[in-house]
Amino acid sequence: MKNVLPVTTVLIALLALWYAAAALMNAPLQTDAFANAGKTSYSTGELVVASWGMERPKLPAPHQIVAELYKLTIATPPTSKRGLIYHSIITLEETLIGFLFGAGFGVGLAVLIQSSPVLNRSMTPWIVASQTVPIIALAPMIVVILNQFNVTGLAPKAVIAAYLSFFPITVGMVKGFRSAEPLQLDLMRTYSATRSQTFAKLRAPASAPFFFASMQIGAAAALVGAVVAEVTKSEDGGLGARLLAGSYYGQTVQIWAALFAAAALSAALVGLIALAGRLVLRRMAFVR
Amino acid sequence: MTQTPHAETTIEALHHVIEIADLSLRFNTRDGPVQALSNIDLKIERGEFVSFIGPSGCGKTTLLRAIADLETPTGGTLSVNGMSPHEARVNRAYGYVFQAPALYPWRTVAANIALPLEIMGYPKFEREQRVAEGLELVNLSGFGKKYPWQLSGGMQQRASIARALSFDPELLLMDEPFGALDEIVRDMLNQQLLRLWDKTRKTVLFVTHSIPEAVFLSTRIVVMSPRPGRIQDIIETGFPRERPLDIRETAEFLEIANRVRHGLRAGHSYDE
Repeated sequence: MKNVLPVTTVLIALLALWYAAAALMNAPLQTDAFANAGKTSYSTGELVVASWGMERPKLPAPHQIVAELYKLTIATPPTSKRGLIYHSIITLEETLIGFLFGAGFGVGLAVLIQSSPVLNRSMTPWIVASQTVPIIALAPMIVVILNQFNVTGLAPKAVIAAYLSFFPITVGMVKGFRSAEPLQLDLMRTYSATRSQTFAKLRAPASAPFFFASMQIGAAAALVGAVVAEVTKSEDGGLGARLLAGSYYGQTVQIWAALFAAAALSAALVGLIALAGRLVLRRMAFVR
Repeated sequence: MTQTPHAETTIEALHHVIEIADLSLRFNTRDGPVQALSNIDLKIERGEFVSFIGPSGCGKTTLLRAIADLETPTGGTLSVNGMSPHEARVNRAYGYVFQAPALYPWRTVAANIALPLEIMGYPKFEREQRVAEGLELVNLSGFGKKYPWQLSGGMQQRASIARALSFDPELLLMDEPFGALDEIVRDMLNQQLLRLWDKTRKTVLFVTHSIPEAVFLSTRIVVMSPRPGRIQDIIETGFPRERPLDIRETAEFLEIANRVRHGLRAGHSYDE
């Protein structure tokens, strides 16, 4: 609750900046519009207000985006392909499936890396290299290749979501497995515990904070992957498809509305994981 | 060097829980080799309470870790219960208490004490029984369900001692276990440890910085000196097994403490 005042202050400042920027950026277009409409005398105030209400602005004003969001979510039936809810669900499906596989793969990879220095040395370069290829170039390739194997629709996008999400999870979990204190590891040696006992009783529980932190990053990355994949193949819908459609038809407000929807989705996912993390970590006495 | 003459017959030799002959340990660090231990000779009998005292860097922790098979010697021989340190570790011959309690924060106190029992495969009923006994031994009955963060430093260290004893090893290795605690708690824990030793008849190896603590607790005190780490003096105390804290004021106590201090000085422990 003590966050309310600072957050509100920053929000108000942000909004003020936004409106100012919108007025500045849309002014030239609006001046032309006035000229085309034959309106020769107008005050700066009129210009500014008009620039906040344009149909195809360079930078939509916040209230325009909110109005568009309302129109596309509440004022449209959920199953309509013109509404954002339909597309958000598609993106959400891809994100969740991709994230689940990415998380499973990421944790499994981390366990492998932890268990064997040879595997560590041989796999890490490839894992790092896989992330250096720009995903916007890789996504269409993956979609085309998967289509060859008759894997179409939601699945290729989930694959790309998994591809982007596994890396932060692997890195975080390896760090988590190595986070056990030397004294605690020595203790395990004095009991002559096996490697798997040390893993199950020490390394795995010790990695819990790292688990939830990396899951949050992975979830956000999965969403980015899903949206990027949708932009490259937009026939199947999703928020990325709406982004593409908006940019194709010059509907900037539509683009921003889709952007906001994606951001809200991401925030919700990350927030849910953070909440789950807090509960579990309190139970495990990592947090008081 | 004062040492009680040992009869070297085979039967007597079985009484030596630990035999160290000409032990050396050299660390190869980035700044060059460090001779942590050099030519250590020591024999420890069953049921003794042996303290190792010396300044930082004299090798006392390294010696304890070598006995525990946490470090590998570079020369000499070391046998624990007649076996190599590695075999002794695999046979779970000792319990180790570190300077910090090293309790797992996500386990309750009872679960922490049960940790070695889980690893060693004790059945559940026996685990619970041993945990209850351990808690009682260190006066922590009723704190089993608490988490380590809810306990004070002294209580955590007591839990760590209970954990080290839960599987009933014959040997207890303690590396400055009370170093981080204040003097009042230290006094109390010293007495508790003594009572525990008297009751369980274990062999205890105790590393400490504190001269009064060493003299109060031990049957023998090994004074070590640094650079290279070696034994400067071995002093027999003669106190009865049950001793109150008051004996720290007696002349006998002060004389032994003086001998320890003399040994430390002779080993250049007080040099800059």
